[in-house]
Amino acid sequence: MTHDPSGRGPSLRLVGKDDSSGAFGTASVARDVDWSILMARAQEGDRTAYLRLLQEITPYLRSLAARRHRDPNDIEDAVQDVLLTIHSIRQTYDPTRPFAPWLVAIANRRFIDRLRRQGRSRDREIPLTAEHETFCEPQANLEESPDRQELEGAVNHLPPAQQQALRLLKLKEMSLKEAATVSGMSITSLKVNAHRALKNLRKMLVDRSEP
Amino acid sequence: MIKTPDLIASLAANATPVRRLRPPVMRAACWLLLAAVVLTLLAINQGIRPDLVQRLLEPAFAVSMAAALSTGVLAAVAAFLVSLPDRSRLWVLLPVPALAVWLSNVGYQCLVEWVAIGPDGISLGEAARCFATLVLTSLPLSLAMLVMLRYAAPLRPTAATFTGSLAVAAITATALSLFHTIDATVMILMWNFGTAVLFVGLAGVFGRRMFRWVAPRTLYARD
Repeated sequence: MTHDPSGRGPSLRLVGKDDSSGAFGTASVARDVDWSILMARAQEGDRTAYLRLLQEITPYLRSLAARRHRDPNDIEDAVQDVLLTIHSIRQTYDPTRPFAPWLVAIANRRFIDRLRRQGRSRDREIPLTAEHETFCEPQANLEESPDRQELEGAVNHLPPAQQQALRLLKLKEMSLKEAATVSGMSITSLKVNAHRALKNLRKMLVDRSEP
Repeated sequence: MIKTPDLIASLAANATPVRRLRPPVMRAACWLLLAAVVLTLLAINQGIRPDLVQRLLEPAFAVSMAAALSTGVLAAVAAFLVSLPDRSRLWVLLPVPALAVWLSNVGYQCLVEWVAIGPDGISLGEAARCFATLVLTSLPLSLAMLVMLRYAAPLRPTAATFTGSLAVAAITATALSLFHTIDATVMILMWNFGTAVLFVGLAGVFGRRMFRWVAPRTLYARD
């Protein structure tokens, strides 16, 4: 059974310290053995050992997470995600093998999954900013007002019944039932009038824009 | 959001003793043992194909059988290795040589001697029995593989499903050529390539969902 050389690299690195002199090498090996023993005891149900192990690996995981995530909330979420994963697959650790590669492999997998998930949701979503809200306000849409005046004029030229049907159903966006109670017209005649109004409007606006 | 120290405390409080997984090769051996049992039961029930000994003397047939079988064995070993977090992902490539020999051998045979229809013609009954063998072999093996690989769900679901389904497909194809007289080239192609593609494809479509279903529970509680 061979090792993944790339998976082994981070095991020899200490948190926040990148110089890997001989002293650090032995220190990290000792730490790895320590964690190995703690995990082996945790697998047998030793709660204090497990608690100590999780407390000791958390800063290490945080530093690993900080390489991939920016937002502190993200980092904390990612660390918790890794802790939960470790808890649910702690059977897979073999105490005869070094602990850090196992831990780092799980952590990287979870971080990458999180980044992918974030990427996917970022592709689908557009954050709502102050600008978006401003554009919805009528004051921001000045250039549309000439069109609106023209439309109003065209609506005023329609026969009264059609005008009323159009205003109630399309401009005030009432339902057929509501419009019927307000206007006293039957639902059928509202439908017919609204249809004819739209047809006439289309004709008027096309005629106007053609010459 | 729960605070990390609180989470650690609650995880530690839930630290029940767990049984360590056996070495991956041993687990692969267990799965292969199950496969052997399934094949033996089927052999007792359906009977070995009558011309098996005679066909095994033909080098082409023997090579393709051996290659299919070793693809199954190697893919099973690879599946159990990649399901562990600290083993190299390159173990996925372990069954590739055997797979190449198997598929190229089947393909070459079909090119060289194309038999459109066997001496007795294609019987629908035989095809149906083939299908029964396919389901009876692959179903228990897939389920066992799925449950045994459930720890790979948060780690390398794609690699694990690929190798696992390849193992099931290869064993199933071996079973088919052990039990059924398949002479028509189309049938050979279908039952060999078809099974391989079928299982790898099914695993690709449903693998993740099935994994979520069997995955250890704490994992997806927060998603």
